[in-house]
Amino acid sequence: MTGFYIALIFFVTGMFLVAVTLLFSRLLQTKKPSPDKYLTYECGELPQGGAWIRFNNRFYIIALIFIIFDVEIVFMFPWAVVYGKIGLLAFVEMFIFIVVLLVGLAYVWANGDLQWVKPRPKLEHLPKAKGK
Amino acid sequence: MEPILKLFTDLLPGLSQLPYWLLATLAALIAALVLFGFIAVFALFAIWLERKISAHMQDRLGPMEVGGWHGWAQTIADTLKLLMKEDIIPEKADRILFKLAPMIVFSVSIASFVVLPWSRDFIPADLNVGLLYILSISSLAVIGILMGGWASNNKWSLYGAMRSVAQIVSYEIPISLSLITVILITGTLSMQGIVQSQQGNFLSWNIFHYFPFMFVAFVIYFIASLAEVNRTPFDLPEAESELVAGFHTEYSGMRFAFFFLAEYANMFIVSAIAATAFLGGWLPPFSFLDFIPGPFWFFGKALFLVFVQMWLRWTLPRLRVDQLMYTSWKVLTPFSFVLILIVSFWQLLTL
Repeated sequence: MTGFYIALIFFVTGMFLVAVTLLFSRLLQTKKPSPDKYLTYECGELPQGGAWIRFNNRFYIIALIFIIFDVEIVFMFPWAVVYGKIGLLAFVEMFIFIVVLLVGLAYVWANGDLQWVKPRPKLEHLPKAKGK
Repeated sequence: MEPILKLFTDLLPGLSQLPYWLLATLAALIAALVLFGFIAVFALFAIWLERKISAHMQDRLGPMEVGGWHGWAQTIADTLKLLMKEDIIPEKADRILFKLAPMIVFSVSIASFVVLPWSRDFIPADLNVGLLYILSISSLAVIGILMGGWASNNKWSLYGAMRSVAQIVSYEIPISLSLITVILITGTLSMQGIVQSQQGNFLSWNIFHYFPFMFVAFVIYFIASLAEVNRTPFDLPEAESELVAGFHTEYSGMRFAFFFLAEYANMFIVSAIAATAFLGGWLPPFSFLDFIPGPFWFFGKALFLVFVQMWLRWTLPRLRVDQLMYTSWKVLTPFSFVLILIVSFWQLLTL
């Protein structure tokens, strides 16, 4: 348990040191506020709209696939630790497990979810708006 | 931790009167401060080194003026400049998350140092799940990056953060899988255990185990670790020619410096993991070199891998996003799955 306590202390100390350094920097710096400085950077133009918008959903698909694989990998860590003691049975079980995982990968692959650049979606032909 | 505690109580006998938890807290605090100092000095040195290496690879000289000898004080001067810069938080930003992001990114990298074994005695805490701990804590950095990118309320930052997260989580899979092959051989997750199972000369290091399969595992780990720390050829999150500076576009002054510091610390951390898992950690390449202390070997191996990272940065062009995803999911992941099967089968034969 001591080990994780030490890790916690490291984490908290890290945050604390960042805060202290920022405070120290605040003492040294000059402050000359002007409204232009606090604008969002957009290549020198006045910013158009905000950035908190809906985002391309392929990022979420990647995140979903990642979660599936990561959870399965967590199961493989304890297996790898005791593998030397169990032997054949462990090998057969993990073989089946990895084959199932690879089938999942093949499914995602064939489904085109791993493809970053997707062909343009074919939209169904929409009826033309009436009148002008 | 015990050897460090023993050192303290030997130096100051009065300390042993204190309760154990207080003593452990003190020792951990001091270790954290020492490692903070190490990260700062290492980053200063590595940034200077990178500028020199890049310059010499392109037939330039690099920094030559500041400090006299080959511009050694250049990064110190840069840091002083960053320290005195005005702290600007954009009006539209989410202030709390904006301030929290560099803290999280940096403290995650300092927390990763907990399980890095510098020598037989010096390791802040030899957790029995060391390798799993370092993998899980370093993936927390994703949250800090996403926080920074989102909180800036800037289109470039959001793009950079999203790309960075997609990249880091994708490459997490091959990293974990290639490290599982190491665990198969060593049968332990503790970092010291992994090092100690590679005793002997350099041929007993994990990289030469089951030749050439562990070597392939090392290459997969190394490629994926480049992506994990956003280094070229995988530096799309901060692709300056398209995204200005990626997720830290809006950051300036010391807050930016902490992102930068964390990046160099992470370079060291992934190299140190590679050195521990594949290259024998603090063990010397030949057993007659035992008289040279462990930290020298550990740091030397890690520094060499950091150098290779820099070398690659100035050699290879940046990948496209679709190539990036292709490399991770369609090349590295299936290969490392097959590698696990091969290594475990080979091990079955030799059981």
